[in-house]
Amino acid sequence: MSESIRQESPLVERNTRARHQASPANAGITVRPRPFLACINLRGDPSDGAFTDAVRGVTGIDLPTTPNTVADGDQWRALWLCPDEWYLVGAPGAENDAVDTLEQALAGQHFAVNDVTSGMTTLEISGPRTRDVLAKGCTLDLHPRMFGPGQCAQTLISHAGVVIRYVDDQPTLELMVRRSFADYLWVWLEDAALEYGMAATE
Amino acid sequence: MSQPHRLQTGGRIDRDRPLRFTFNGRTLQGYAGDTLASALLANGEHLVGRSFKLHRPRGIMGAGAECPNSIVQVGSGNATLPNLRATQTELYDGMEVRSVNCWPSVKFDLSAVNQLFAPLMPAGFYYKTFMWPKSFWHNIYEPRIRKAAGFGKAPDGPDPDRYDKHNAHCDLLVVGAGPAGLAAALEAGRRGARVILCDEQNELGGSLLASRAFLDGEPAMSWVDRVVGELAAMDEVTLLPRTTAFGHYHHGFVSLLERVTDHLGPTSPDERPRQRQWRVRARQVVLATGAIERPLVFSNNDRPGIMPASAVSTYINRYSVTPGTRAVVFTNNDSAYQTALDLADHGVEVAALIDVRPEIEGVLADRVRKEEIDVLPGMAVVDTTGGQRVSGVRVMRLNTRGDSVYGEGRTIECDLVATSGGWNPVIHLHSHPGGGMCYDHDIASFVPDQPVANTLNAGACSGNFSLDGCITEGFSAGATAAAASGFGSDDIEGEAPATARVREAPMRPLWRVPTRRTVTRSPKQFVDVQNDQTSADIFLAAREGYASIEHIKRYTAMGFGTDQGKLGNINGAGIAAEALGEDIAAIGTTTFRPAYTPVTIGALAGRDFGPERFHAVRKTAMHVWHEQQGALFENVGDWKRPWYYPQAGETMRQSLDREVRATRQSLGVLDASTLGKIDVRGPDAAEFLNRVYTNGWKKLEVGRCRYGIMLGEDGMVMDDGVSARLAEDHYHMTTTTGGAARVLAWLEEWLQTEWPELRVYLTSTTDQWAAISLAGPNSRKVVEQICEGIDFSGEAFPFMTWRAGKAAGIPARVFRISFSGELGFEINVPANYGQHVWDAVWEAGQPYGITPYGTETMHILRAEKGFIIAGQDTDGSVNPMDLGMHGLLSKYKDYLGRRSLSRSDAVREDREQFVGLVTVDDPAEIIPEGAQLTDDPNANQAPKPVPLAGYVTSSYYSATLGHSIALAMVKRGRERMDEIVHAPQADGRVIKCRITSPVFYDPKGERQNV
Amino acid sequence: MLYIKCPWCGWRDESEFGYGGEAHIKRPEDPDALSDAEWADYLFMRTNPRGSHRERWVHTAGCRRWFNAIRDTQTYEFKAFYKMGEEPPGGEQ
Ligand SMILES: [Zn+2]
Repeated sequence: MSESIRQESPLVERNTRARHQASPANAGITVRPRPFLACINLRGDPSDGAFTDAVRGVTGIDLPTTPNTVADGDQWRALWLCPDEWYLVGAPGAENDAVDTLEQALAGQHFAVNDVTSGMTTLEISGPRTRDVLAKGCTLDLHPRMFGPGQCAQTLISHAGVVIRYVDDQPTLELMVRRSFADYLWVWLEDAALEYGMAATE
Repeated sequence: MSQPHRLQTGGRIDRDRPLRFTFNGRTLQGYAGDTLASALLANGEHLVGRSFKLHRPRGIMGAGAECPNSIVQVGSGNATLPNLRATQTELYDGMEVRSVNCWPSVKFDLSAVNQLFAPLMPAGFYYKTFMWPKSFWHNIYEPRIRKAAGFGKAPDGPDPDRYDKHNAHCDLLVVGAGPAGLAAALEAGRRGARVILCDEQNELGGSLLASRAFLDGEPAMSWVDRVVGELAAMDEVTLLPRTTAFGHYHHGFVSLLERVTDHLGPTSPDERPRQRQWRVRARQVVLATGAIERPLVFSNNDRPGIMPASAVSTYINRYSVTPGTRAVVFTNNDSAYQTALDLADHGVEVAALIDVRPEIEGVLADRVRKEEIDVLPGMAVVDTTGGQRVSGVRVMRLNTRGDSVYGEGRTIECDLVATSGGWNPVIHLHSHPGGGMCYDHDIASFVPDQPVANTLNAGACSGNFSLDGCITEGFSAGATAAAASGFGSDDIEGEAPATARVREAPMRPLWRVPTRRTVTRSPKQFVDVQNDQTSADIFLAAREGYASIEHIKRYTAMGFGTDQGKLGNINGAGIAAEALGEDIAAIGTTTFRPAYTPVTIGALAGRDFGPERFHAVRKTAMHVWHEQQGALFENVGDWKRPWYYPQAGETMRQSLDREVRATRQSLGVLDASTLGKIDVRGPDAAEFLNRVYTNGWKKLEVGRCRYGIMLGEDGMVMDDGVSARLAEDHYHMTTTTGGAARVLAWLEEWLQTEWPELRVYLTSTTDQWAAISLAGPNSRKVVEQICEGIDFSGEAFPFMTWRAGKAAGIPARVFRISFSGELGFEINVPANYGQHVWDAVWEAGQPYGITPYGTETMHILRAEKGFIIAGQDTDGSVNPMDLGMHGLLSKYKDYLGRRSLSRSDAVREDREQFVGLVTVDDPAEIIPEGAQLTDDPNANQAPKPVPLAGYVTSSYYSATLGHSIALAMVKRGRERMDEIVHAPQADGRVIKCRITSPVFYDPKGERQNV
Repeated sequence: MLYIKCPWCGWRDESEFGYGGEAHIKRPEDPDALSDAEWADYLFMRTNPRGSHRERWVHTAGCRRWFNAIRDTQTYEFKAFYKMGEEPPGGEQ
């Protein structure tokens, strides 16, 4: 693509700005946008070996079949969404080739591949108050006993649907959200974090 | 600023931290650790307000949630808080407090004259008197009653305080941090369970905060401090003081209200919210909510200075305040003997201890007699004297049946009466989700009976009033609940502290002291003091035929107040039993419902208010550009869509005329990204579309687009849109903006529940694609300039087809479709590149005066063409024949809703049909949308109801045509072309309209086909 | 606020779900063979039991799967959750 082509994150205006900015050192939460991550919505039957073999051949991943779990590979990560649906998440720019190779590898099968890189965006939230802030709008039990390594879940944060993924025990949690809701979610987070302090980083 | 009723030592107040506050303008002083009520009593202020109906003087009565009287207004301006209970309001420095329900002042209240008319205002008075004539209610009676009654004043402006919500999960929620609750939390916490322990008071300890009992040979609060210290050190235990569990729902869901910064006052710089609503999902719930002492009911029992005995003890022991100087104790059980001792030990003269029981034995009685307190067995207080404060009691002998008083009366002077009629377990939270209760004769009250799933009652709320019993039950409940959550066994591991067990003599139930004359002719015996509801009212209700306690409650307004009858309801049930000649066990109690204590609306709303957070706000990839162009926005579903783009000095009409003309004459551009988009793929995709759309999809060629409508199974139009065939097994479906989520859910429901054999995958791609819609004669020139790999000639790229290529270097799908009737192209690109491509379109369009237009112009353009908007021109009662869409109804297949189209109602000949309207007298007049249509030109004068001919669904000024246009549903409309109908207006005018075809412009569709 | 067990995702708050009314209402194979009254019965008429009710839910904010549940309309207790296509457990009618 030529130099003049410009991508924009849905958080174009807010990437590094919190209205009630705190420094990361004393912030209750730190929010780090992860724009442009490749994201592919994949549909298919995981009990069909031809389907899983083809996906493994392209992504190097055995698709997770346990609900709300994640499988990590070198290039791609797969998140379970429903019994026959996954997000494949990879490095920015990886989506175009991957869609093409998946289409070729799966040709003749019953499947669906949709590039949703532009349709989704990702925020990483870390810091001591991460769970407290999310608990203001999320009814999911995010206690480490209930939600730990390898897990993800689709749920609501206030009025926005999200996919939450466990990252580490900082704690760090990752939110994937549809692009049109991203600005709303950001504003919501800033307000929810008011009592703890929110920092935004790149 | 002396506090004449404050003791020199003791209590849980901090004498090193004096706090100033004002009460009705006077400055007073209290201490940190005081409630407003204890601070007022320390200053000798009993009188705080007036009663609701009769405006009788009312004083602080209880010491907690049960107090019916101590309603005050705190603070000023928009942060003012009406109807706070002084007994549950922590004092802070600078607190401003005013009495409510009195005018001009609490001591001189003009409405107190109501008392003179009291005999005229019995139960049911409001219902009977003010119902006739009906028109008087809204205009005369209600406003006057509101002015005279009415408690505090709500502020006029927005609430400046912040509120929040917190969703929490735990293995065990313990409600109440008294002896039972602390023991339960300790037992479960030690096993590693996730425990939340909440209590409505500012400190944990419950009844022990005001107790002189000993545990393990030390004052009970030493044990409390040790337990709280241990709990606080546990990682998985959350302690929530100042937190009221106000609602207990199904499946372990409990709502708590945490008063986070209320005790710091409005000037606190704290960033935390004022209150936080906790929405707790608990695997197990232990209710340790304690018990509330009920007063005895006797004539003139509402005077300030008459209090439950336990409240008197609380003020003495916890707040170091003596609520009087010469007390009378009046009881039917042993617990008030402790209050007599508390009074005597702190220098308050106890003039008499009056006990309705004829014989009094036991340890407590011996100790009271040792203090040389005059104990009067078999006696009862029959009346009191006093004005703004009780000044004495009248005492007579009670017969053994308890139904009459006799003998020579005796008057005892006093300024404090401490009464105890027994204790009521706080079973509210057990009752909320449907837990049953039964009458317990030993305590003469109701206790939990039918259990609630995963919920245990421990301590006084289960009817166990002994301290050692409460602690043991607490440990046991903690063990059982922890075990049920997978932490250890049912066996108690913790060790209960040693406590001396006091054997108590049985109580003598007494619901009201008998009177010499009939109930109705005797001085008032108040049952619900907040609502001025008396035993005479209950007798009246029974006489008038009310037999159910629920009906008696509603007729008398018993328990209707902000206190929900916490002191009076059980006495009321007992008196109703007497009036009806039945057993109280059969009468039962009224149903307890949330909220346990009042909750401010702000805490229920949390942060979900205002334009940013009341609902989700969805924005397109070009939103910032629209803002920079000065667009005004319209909410469509959750989306913000540009409505129109006013230029400097333009009216809305001028903007719309300009946008419409530019599009028809040259080039307009619309952000169409919000339309719902669904990727439909699989071998059965065509069959699937055939079932959900009314028209056929199998023969649509790859590369072509088709308009379709979806019906509900009732045959009514649900949604519409254009879908394109991407490949043999692959379609791109579009829906309306507002219908996207509903349509996807509808399609998934059919696929998953009814047609699982169809091999089709649906994927929402709404957010993936930015859609840039170009319309107008010059639109082809722009797409030709910015796109690569597409032949835009009319032959190569005809109307209702799509092509793949690149737009401004970005892979794009370009659809040749039109919602304006003009030549049009819709460019779809991945949304991350939406602004980039929009910028390219904008630049390429400059030679043609490219004009951005919003939803309003889009509506005008499509209305000129007679295109419907599902949800505006349809309302769920419109079928496709009504719209004249017969051509879209396939005869060769079944589809959802088809069978309903032949129901007798669907084929009725007088159905409303979709037509156009133009105005006759003033061609520019715009008929209001929603206007009703009649055939009667004098409809405004005609007798009502006027027969209606139809209604207007859409209405605009068309700059293209130079006159207004409207779309409407009119009965038999298609048969009535050129006929006149009338739209009567609220201002008396009648707009004369002529029925036309709904297609006003380019009826042959030539412009879009060029 | 009910607590509902999605057969795939496990226990989730009611706010994540949509309600689909009575379960096991089969769309007639041949709608044309039905009288208006019979078609109206399929369209509109539903049981309203006091006690066990078989009903449809969808995990809207989660996996988007439709499933069935048996709920006691008096106590709100869920007696079973089962996937689409599965028989109601316990011979519930
Ligand atoms: Zn699910």
